[in-house]
Amino acid sequence: MCTTCGCGDPELVPVELHEKILAGNDRAARHNREHFTEAGVLALNLMGSPGAGKTAVLEATARAAAGRWRLGAVSADLATDNDARRLQAAGIPSRAITTGQACHLDAELVHRVLHDFPWRETDVFFIENVGNLVCPAIYDLGQAANVVVLSVTEGEDKPLKYPVMFKAADLVLLAKCDLLPHLEVDPERIEDALAQVMPRPRMLRVSARTGEGMDRWLGWLEEMRAPLLARRRPGAIAPGASWGHVHAHPRGPGTGHGRG
Amino acid sequence: MHEYSLVQALVERVEAEARARRATAVHRVVVSVGELSGVDPELFRTAYETFRDGTVCRDAPLELRRVEAVWRCPACQRAIQRGAALSCPACARPAELAPGSGEILLETLEMEVP
Repeated sequence: MCTTCGCGDPELVPVELHEKILAGNDRAARHNREHFTEAGVLALNLMGSPGAGKTAVLEATARAAAGRWRLGAVSADLATDNDARRLQAAGIPSRAITTGQACHLDAELVHRVLHDFPWRETDVFFIENVGNLVCPAIYDLGQAANVVVLSVTEGEDKPLKYPVMFKAADLVLLAKCDLLPHLEVDPERIEDALAQVMPRPRMLRVSARTGEGMDRWLGWLEEMRAPLLARRRPGAIAPGASWGHVHAHPRGPGTGHGRG
Repeated sequence: MHEYSLVQALVERVEAEARARRATAVHRVVVSVGELSGVDPELFRTAYETFRDGTVCRDAPLELRRVEAVWRCPACQRAIQRGAALSCPACARPAELAPGSGEILLETLEMEVP
């Protein structure tokens, strides 16, 4: 500072932060995760290319799990609510999230839709992400696990082309396996590719059309539900309860609702 | 193309830091981009150049540091060769990503403080 008059000579200060740019999204995701976990709801982030068969897998899941679990879904698309309507018709209470130009969901978008959706009345809650193998991978939504739907027509080396997506996957559903007799595609080569990008590779072959593999998929869901079940003891949740808390939704720094 | 929303998050974070420290200007922003962060460094730079006008970052050039992805064994720290399966050749443990490989981090800012 100037010793004559006290005026401040500006000083250049280095500030070390080493902080994730998505820290704001991660905070919102933790908030969602606490709610899902506390309510004993298995929340899954379902990702995959456009046309991979995400919605069809959920429709088949509704058929296979009928009477066993209560399912629910939010379904994100750039422009329509077609998928949510398909899921609704399949018996899965659903809500559409229309993202406009945004290519992915983020934790706050999911949080907002949960406020007017009876997600607590579900056992398994699917968050069907925007069809995109790039951007959705880096946004934590508060899910218990990431499931990537990869269809057999997409090429054996797809995991190598999109390593960021597949490294984030806890499970890969190889969809449309009923088409395999008509294609020169070897699922084992897909598994080899997955082993190069997923440290704990796990893939199930399924067909929404024939129902192939749905039993193994439901088995995986059951396995994932196990740690949550203890929380569903009678009295642990009030049936029909909504969020049960009131809070403002300030746009904290870094929640990243920008287009893109 | 999520680079724009990432830049928006970055600029909001820098603005918050500048406010907290009553900084009058920001002169440098250092960001590290991991190879497996899902972020294209050049797109990120383009987004930053487009977005920073009229923000606290207007006079702050962006320094990008690229971090090569390294998968390694969590026990013996042995790096996994590129193109190999992601488990340790010695003990078969699932590999882990080395810090920075899969992240995009705001590392350092340089600010003018009165």
